[in-house]
Amino acid sequence: MLTAQRLIDPPHLSSVFGDSRVTSSSAYSSSTSYKDVAPTVILDRVSKVYPSGTIALQDVDLSVKQGEFLSLVGPSGCGKSTVLGLIAGLSKPTQGDLQWAMPEFRKDLAFVFQDASLLPWSNVEENVRLPLKLAGQSKKQTQQAVTEAIALVGLKGSEKAFPRQLSGGMKMRVSIARAIVTQPKVLLMDEPFGALDEITRNRLNEDLMNLWRQKRWTVVFVTHNIYEAVYLSTRVAVMGVNPGRIVDDLVIDAPYPRTEAFRQSPEFGQYRRQLAKALAEGME
Amino acid sequence: MRDKSLTEKLLSPDVLAPFAVGIVFILGWDLLVRIAGLPPYLLPGPLLVIQTLIENWGDLFSSLTVTFQITIVAFLTAAGSGLAIAILFTINKWIERSLFPYAVVLQTTPLVAIAPLIIIWLKENTFGALVLCAWIAAFFPILSNTTLGLNSVDRNLNNLFTLYNASPWQRLIYLRLPSALPYFLGGLRISGGLSLIGAVVAEFVAGTGGSKSGIAYQILIASYNLQIPRMFAALLLVTGLGIVIFAVLSLISDALLKDWHESAVNPNQ
Ligand SMILES: Nc1ncnc2c1ncn2[C@@H]1O[C@H](COP(=O)(O)OP(=O)(O)O)[C@@H](O)[C@H]1O
Ligand SMILES: [Mg+2]
Repeated sequence: MLTAQRLIDPPHLSSVFGDSRVTSSSAYSSSTSYKDVAPTVILDRVSKVYPSGTIALQDVDLSVKQGEFLSLVGPSGCGKSTVLGLIAGLSKPTQGDLQWAMPEFRKDLAFVFQDASLLPWSNVEENVRLPLKLAGQSKKQTQQAVTEAIALVGLKGSEKAFPRQLSGGMKMRVSIARAIVTQPKVLLMDEPFGALDEITRNRLNEDLMNLWRQKRWTVVFVTHNIYEAVYLSTRVAVMGVNPGRIVDDLVIDAPYPRTEAFRQSPEFGQYRRQLAKALAEGME
Repeated sequence: MRDKSLTEKLLSPDVLAPFAVGIVFILGWDLLVRIAGLPPYLLPGPLLVIQTLIENWGDLFSSLTVTFQITIVAFLTAAGSGLAIAILFTINKWIERSLFPYAVVLQTTPLVAIAPLIIIWLKENTFGALVLCAWIAAFFPILSNTTLGLNSVDRNLNNLFTLYNASPWQRLIYLRLPSALPYFLGGLRISGGLSLIGAVVAEFVAGTGGSKSGIAYQILIASYNLQIPRMFAALLLVTGLGIVIFAVLSLISDALLKDWHESAVNPNQ
């Protein structure tokens, strides 16, 4: 808990943002500050060394608050995917602790991979149904949930299409539908829109933000795109490489719904520059 | 455009190009025989071969049916056992480690060297002996291809199944077997031809001893009697059967993979 508090509000922030941040903070604090919200997952001095000897993470402290939209940005190889894998339980920390403050959340998590990772031999509907099928539910039991999830991501009418008939953006939507069909509480997304063109990416950003606000998920979102991170997130953690660590942790204090106006605002530019600076420091 | 009309398919370069090569080859063959004045007992011309085939159709075709029965039984057994053992391999790495080298030994031992033994051992059951020989020829490609396929599952998909607590059984049915399907079908296409070759080789080794006479028996007898055109006609039938087997397996493979796999996607569409 203590480490989490320290990370959320790094002391050097105030000097960078000066007075402007104080005013914006007081105006919007109720909407985006998660300072007083209980954490969901806590990484306590977590290190991860792969059998090959690569130190992927060293002494990472991170706490993910319930309901926040946390982005991880950083150069490739800094351990972003490793962090998600640890949270998902796909691998174990070599050192340190990973705790679920609310253990019931641990079962309710979903993962979205960069390349959509759909079953190529199954159509959209069957891909979305997969998690429920693996939980042993029948087709009849799952039909409503599947239909709803497909509608939520805007793919109504494409239920019978196979992945190779879909564009990159549509595949990503299927992947998101598959993730949300189980009504997860925690959504882990590993560079989900990294391979998409800018227009598709913007549209999916918009839709993801709306879904998040509607469903109140806790989201951990990995990206290397600073614009995307600032636009979507309540908080951005910047990671550095060699060894993988967290170099900055920045609350994006702007109200939702965020619009084009936010992208054009001076605050947006300030957040962006702050992140770019931290990123550059993390490369050294 | 997924569904093309039959005429369009027949006029595609995939069909026309090999067809043209065939025509050129047959014309060249005919010219060679005529110009060099080769006697039929050295090299019969294509027309004579066709003529012989038509005249001896009844005999030759019923022999081909015998060979085909051996081929198909061996092929189906190889497909079934190859798939089953590949699955066994993925269930336990130790099974794979201890058995795979013997599968390689089976594959690399020349069939003509072990066929006589098998035929002696199974003296009472010639059909079984011939099937066993053809099975040895056909088994390995299916086993090795399917094993490779079962182990080539996308890493993220594997993680996804782990995340959703899939049982080993669910992972096999919903992930590994479908992932392996293109590899398995590739193995089938290779083994189709190999089981025919295996059957013919085994028939050769069995010689005239067999009770039912397959197409290799016809080729042997024809060569003893210097009926070279008849030999060629029988050879033509075996080749034709090999092509038919390959084509049918390709069609099955394309039909099974058409919705999702690159190998079944027409590059022109
Ligand atoms: N399974 C693995 N085995 C060995 N090294 C790995 C493995 N996964 C990742 N790494 C290494 O760990 C480091 C961090 O990887 P990763 O978490 O994928 O970074 P990112 O997602 O930020 O690009 C990299 O140097 C990578 O090569
Ligand atoms: Mg990564």
